[in-house]
Amino acid sequence: MAKTSEDLRSPLSRARGLGSAKDGVHHFWVQRVSALALVPLALWFAFSVAMLATGPADYYAVHYWVSAPSVAVVLVLFLATALYHSVLGVQEVIVDYAVGSLRLTLLLISKLLHAVIAAAAIFAVLKIALA
Amino acid sequence: MSTKTPAQSRPLSPFMLGQYYRFQWSSLLSFGHRITGIGLSLGTLLLAIWLIAIAGGPQWYGALAPHLHAWYGQLLLICWTWALMYHLCNGIRHLFWDIGRGFDLKTAERSGYVMVVSSLILTAAVWVVAHLA
Repeated sequence: MAKTSEDLRSPLSRARGLGSAKDGVHHFWVQRVSALALVPLALWFAFSVAMLATGPADYYAVHYWVSAPSVAVVLVLFLATALYHSVLGVQEVIVDYAVGSLRLTLLLISKLLHAVIAAAAIFAVLKIALA
Repeated sequence: MSTKTPAQSRPLSPFMLGQYYRFQWSSLLSFGHRITGIGLSLGTLLLAIWLIAIAGGPQWYGALAPHLHAWYGQLLLICWTWALMYHLCNGIRHLFWDIGRGFDLKTAERSGYVMVVSSLILTAAVWVVAHLA
C-alpha cells in the first residue's frame, strides 16, 4: 500500500477502484462466479453426454432428452454460462500472448465467434424444446 | 499500429516451459489448464453443431450420429470428458488459491497430484457408470 502522499491517483479514483483498464476486478470476479456455477452444470452435462453416447444412436431418444423442460432449461443455463466463461478465458490467453493489432483482431474474432456459437446453440435447444 | 512501439519491442520473460527454467510440475499443470480451456472452447463449436443437427431433424442427426458412435468419436468424447474434468478440478484448486489457501509450495505440489488423479477418476467414473446404466 502506497502512502497517501506518494499516491498520484485522486481520492475519487481510489474510491472507485477501477484502475487503468476502467473495469477494476470485474473480469476476475465474473470469471470465478461463472466457474462456480459451472461446477454442477459441467458435471451434469458430462454425465449426460456419456449416457447419450453409450446409448443407442437413436434420433428420437436424443430429441426426447433435449425437449424435456428440465433438461432444456439446464442446458440453456449450461450453454450461456460455459460460453461466457469461455470468452473470458480466451480473452485472457489472447492478451497474454498477442500484442498490437493482432491482439485486437483475435479478441474481435473470439468475441464474435462466441456470440454466434451461443446464439446458435441456445436457439437450437429452444427450437427442439418448443417444437 | 503498423510500426512497433518501443513497448512492443521490449524483451519478454521466457516461456515457462523450455530451456530457461528448471522443469516444474506446477507450471506444466498450469499450462495444462490453458490447453484444456482452449480445447473446451473449441469443443463448444462441436456442441453447437450437435444441437443444430438435433434441431434439424432425423436426416441431419443421421449424418452426424455415426461419427459420434464410431471409435474416433467415442475417443474424442472421452478426451473431452478428461479435459473438462481436468479444467474443473484444477479450477477448484485455483479457487482455493484465490481465497489464499494452499498456496505454499508443498501444498500446491500435492494438490496438483490430487487434481490429476481426481480428474482421471472422475472421467473413468462418468464413462463406467454410463456404460453400466
